[in-house]
Parts: sequence; structure tokens; C-alpha cells
Amino acid sequence: MRVPLDRHAVRSLPDAASVERHDAAVFDLRARRDGAMAELPELEALRHHAASIKAHTLDHLERYLRLFERRALQAGAQVHWAAEARDHNRIVHELLARRGVSRVVKSKSMLTEDCGLNPYLEARGIDVVDSDLGERIVQLADERPSHLVVPAVHRRREEIGDLFHERMGIPAGESDPARLTEYARRDLRPRFLAAQAGLTGVNFAIAETGSLVLCTNEGNADLGMSLPPLHIACMGIEKIIPTLDDLAVFLRLLARSATGQPITAYTSLLTGPRPGAELHIVVVDDGRSRLLADSRHRGALACIRCGACLNTCPVYRHAGGHAWGRAVSGPIGSVLAPALGTDREARQLPLASTLCGSCTAVCPVRIDLHDQLLHWRSEVAPPSGLERLGLHLLAEVLRRPRLYRGLKTLACAAWPLLRRRWPGNPLGAWLRGRELPEWPRPSPQEPTSGPPRAPEPSP
Amino acid sequence: MAAEQSAGRGREPGATTVALLVPCYVDLLAPQITLATRRVLERAGCRVRDDFGPGCCGQLHLNSGVRRDAARLARAQLESLAGADVVVSPSASCISTIRRRYTELLPRLREDAQRLCRSSFELGEFLVRELGCPRLGSRFPHRVALLESCHGLRELGLGTRHEGSGECETRVTEQVLRTVDALELLRPRRPEECCGFGGSFSVKLPELSVRIGRSRLRALAETGAEFMTATDLSCLLHLDGLRRREGYGPRPIHLAEILASGLAP
Repeated sequence: MRVPLDRHAVRSLPDAASVERHDAAVFDLRARRDGAMAELPELEALRHHAASIKAHTLDHLERYLRLFERRALQAGAQVHWAAEARDHNRIVHELLARRGVSRVVKSKSMLTEDCGLNPYLEARGIDVVDSDLGERIVQLADERPSHLVVPAVHRRREEIGDLFHERMGIPAGESDPARLTEYARRDLRPRFLAAQAGLTGVNFAIAETGSLVLCTNEGNADLGMSLPPLHIACMGIEKIIPTLDDLAVFLRLLARSATGQPITAYTSLLTGPRPGAELHIVVVDDGRSRLLADSRHRGALACIRCGACLNTCPVYRHAGGHAWGRAVSGPIGSVLAPALGTDREARQLPLASTLCGSCTAVCPVRIDLHDQLLHWRSEVAPPSGLERLGLHLLAEVLRRPRLYRGLKTLACAAWPLLRRRWPGNPLGAWLRGRELPEWPRPSPQEPTSGPPRAPEPSP
Repeated sequence: MAAEQSAGRGREPGATTVALLVPCYVDLLAPQITLATRRVLERAGCRVRDDFGPGCCGQLHLNSGVRRDAARLARAQLESLAGADVVVSPSASCISTIRRRYTELLPRLREDAQRLCRSSFELGEFLVRELGCPRLGSRFPHRVALLESCHGLRELGLGTRHEGSGECETRVTEQVLRTVDALELLRPRRPEECCGFGGSFSVKLPELSVRIGRSRLRALAETGAEFMTATDLSCLLHLDGLRRREGYGPRPIHLAEILASGLAP
């Protein structure tokens, strides 16, 4: 009955203080987004335009993928196709192994996280250093990112200071964000210089030019692909957009939706390798073409991973990203999991939503996230056994007014028992933190509001 | 007594027969809301029929993932409301279920479903958009915090959102509350935040439902309000359950009950 995510939330954010801090930190991103969007009078037109570009691209994905491959090859890059996550990991490892690479710097990529690339390479003797500050923090803490855009948002800065003290030997008790960043920078710089290859994700891939677009705030992807002689860029098939003009639309939406910035600090386009270096692009399917064939849910492939739906989601903010147990969390994570995931818990994720619809309202590419969650429920998580039977009988009663009235009297008699906590009470889950109303109420003719009572002060 | 003004969509209240759609859980747990809704509609000059009986829109079943039962309930609802010109309900989420889901749930009854979608309204929405927000003479001398129910807010467009789309600047529920004498309307911080009820969510993820609810209860209490109101009883049941467990916070009162307050019998 109880959805596993509800239990995981207790581990992910264990107490009221951590919930409150996480909720406030993440909601702040949502508020920044609101501010940036309020200054964009053409926001709705942009969202519609972005959604239509994505819909068109997904309708003609094969054509655009072929065009992209052709143009990328013309520009001197090499393109590899990976059907599954394990193919992706194998291809990347072979590229590295064949060149004798043992030290790699990597910038942020949810795809490689999803494929489990880091542990795969580490098990084969390759040292991978995550160079995005947030990802570096979770790497040092031996955790997964808890947010698409801010991977260490679940960590307090004091915790990060302790972690750096322990793992990087910085002085104890440091918690100033600017100084912590400086320490991380000093620790990372020699690793960049020593790296034999740079791994990056891809934000957008332009079909007409064969270019890759990388958006970061730290410039770490730029350094990682500019210093070592080998650059491997990993992307899902859905990252394609047709033209450079289309890119302009998405660049206006991406950073605004994510953090409220007009644009990311670094937005780099690269077409082919730099002279004397190699560029390999690994294009991954891993369930995406299956999702593409599902007309009800294919729209989820339009996602640009801005994280706006996470930031606005009350469930995400009160549960923490780790409760999802996968790379992509929040509403979009719950929408993608039943299509791309294979485990039982993936199918339960669509239940972990109040269906409030805020995710749909903020999505820059207008994915109907909460409608998709609703549809997934009947497709992959219909109730079974007693619950199914109970709901069915309830429906049969509710369709028959006379039967309903008769049973109402019966339910009335049982109510006082149901309001109390006892093991096996079917309403026990409600009673965990809440009371049930008195029932039956005093007869409807009596005034119900009564004299108002002054509210007690809040705690 | 007829309403003072009649702008809106120019519906003539006197000529309008309204079918009162009583949500099943309102009928079970708070029948006084049904009576209040009836009084409000009559005071606005409408003829009210409530012989359609309590019904279930099918939302619980739809959200629980049993579409077949949901479709059966939707069909029963469609048949029972077939003779009504206008349907009004004191529940934003029931109306939103009808409006947003029925044509999809009942593909073979598409035209009937579409007709019902067009003629179904949440109570405040009906008063503001169809009758031009008449002053009914309601009086409620209290500080009231408004909790925007999500389905009313986003799917019926009854409030302003900070989500930045600027799609609904109308604040329908606020407008109707402003017609109530002596009422001091308060808005909690993060006015568009969900209360954490979410139907089956409230029992399938009780820990998170309670966590979200506590945040909301605190925000509502911080306004200093004596009462909290909403367009959906479900949000109020959840928050009131928390209020009584935690021992603080404003008392619940449904929008219809406020509008019926101070009306001469």
C-alpha cells in the first residue's frame, strides 16, 4: 500500500529541520525563476514555440539524427551509437583504454549518471574526477546527485566544509561558500592539467551544423574539453534540435527556468574537434526509442533538464531527490522512470504526486507532466488485491443512490472506531499525523461555524 | 430576492435552473456545505434542483489508477445530470474532473460529455463568471486566510499564479470573498502551494502528505487568521486533521459556508 518513496524520504531528509532547510533552498530557485519569467512578456509564446520545435523534432527524430551524424562527421568528430546503457559504458571505456587513458575529468551529465559510468570506469582502473562543484561534493561524499541542476542541494555548507576537511585536508570548521569554492578550485586545477581525457554531457545537439552545445556556470566543461587531447561527449537521442535558430529559443528558457539567470555563465558551441585533438560523440538510446513509440508519453522526451519541475514540486522539496533512488528525480523523474526504468519501484513513482499541476505550469517546454503521471497510474500502477476490490465495490455503491444511503448509516456507526488508532485500522495511514473529523456532524440545521475562537500562536 | 448586479456572461439568474452537484464526500462528511450552497444559489436568484442526489465524479478512482470504475462513475454522473442546464458544485476538483477528464474517459459519449463540461461550474466561479459577482448580503466578521485548492487554481483558473505564465489574472475566489461584509481576507505566503492532500496520496505517502501539510498549516497560521477557507473540502479536512493533532492553526470553513453566513433565512 505505502509507496516506497514515502519511506525513502525519511532517510533522505530525516528530520523537520532538514526538510525545512531543503524546502527553503529549493523553493528559492523556483522564486528566482518566477522573477526572471515575470520580466519576459513573451514567455507563453516562447514556451509554445519551444514545445512545437521539440514536437517537430521528435516526429522526425531519425531524419535529424542522421543529419546530425553527417554534419558532425564532416566537421571531424566521430559518432558512436549505443543501444543500451551498457553499450554506452563499453564504448566510452574502449575509447579510453585504447589510448591508455587512466585519468579523466568529467563535467555534469545526468546521462552518464543514469548509465552508471563512473563506477564502471573506476572498476576498470580509470580515475574519474567530477569537475562540477556540486558533483564533486557528492562524489567526495560517495553519494548520487539529488537534483538535476544543483546536485548537492541536500547538503548544508557546514557539512561540505567537514567533507572537504576530511577528503581534501582543508582547515576544519570552514563553511563560507566562496572560500569552499576556492578550495575546490585549487584541488581541481592540477587534476584538469593532469587529465588525459575530458568527458562531458550535452545540452543540445544541432542537426544542421553537427554542433554540440554545453551550458555551465563554472566553465568546467570548457576546461575539460580544451585541455586534454581527447573529448568524449555523451548524449541521449532526444538532445537533437534542428537549427541554430532553434537554439536561441531554448537558451532563453533553460537558465531562466533553472536558476532565474538570463543565460548560463558559459554557453559553448563546438563544431568538430580542435586542431590536433579528437572529439567522440556517443549517442545513447537506452529505452528512449521505446518511449518515442508511446504516443501518450513521448512528450516527456522534450525535457531539457532545467529542474523547474523539481523546484516547484512540494513532494520533491519535502522528500529530497535521493528518495527517488535514481539519477533523475522529481516529477520528470517519475514520468520517465516507468518508461526507462525496469524495477518495481519505478512503476510506483507516478503515485508519488499530489497531482497539483504546478510542474506542468512551470515546464518551459510544456510537458503535461501531471497528466502523464495520472495516465501512468492506470498503465503501470493499478491497485491490486483488496485495494482493487474495495475501490470497485465503492464505485458500485456510489453509482446506486439507494444502496449508498443505506450503507451511509452503517458507515456512520463504524466511524467512532475508525477515528481511533489501533493496529489494522484501514484508515491508520491517515491517522499517522492527522485526526479524522467528527461524524456524523451535528444535524445540518444547527449553525456550524459557532463562535470563533482565537487561534493559538504558532510554534 | 434577486442579485443586485448581473454582468458576467449575462446569465439571468431568475431564468436559470441550477442542478446542485453534491460531491459524495461532502454529502458524507459535511452536509451543511450542501445546504449553504443551496442558500447561496437561491439568494443569487437561481432555482435550485438537488434531486440529482449525491454523486461521485470518479476522481478517486481515476487518480487511483482504476479507469474502468472511474468511467462507470462518470457515465452515471453524465446520465443523472443529463436534464440540467447548469451544474454547480461546491468543489473545484470535482468540477475539474468533469471538465478535464470526462471527454477522455467517455469517448463514446463525447458530445454529452462536452456539453456537461461547458455547463459545469464551481460555486464561486459560477457566481463571478456567470452571474457577474453579485453582492448577496453575506456577512462574516472574521480574519480569513484563503487556501487556493490546486485544481481550482490551475485547472479552472480561479486564482493568480506566481508560476509566471500570467494566464489567469482574475482571482475568482478572492473576488467572491470580497463581496462578503466585514471579512478580512488574508493570503498566506506561497499562495499557490499545494496542501499535500492529493487524494490517495494522503494515505499512500502519509509521511510526505503530513510534511507538506505542516508547512502549509504554518503558513496559514502565520497570517493570524481565525479561519482558513478553500474551494475544496478535501484540502480543509487534511489541514484540519493536522490542526487538531498539532493543536494550532486557523479553523476550517468552506467557501459556501462563508457565503451563506449572515444571509436571512
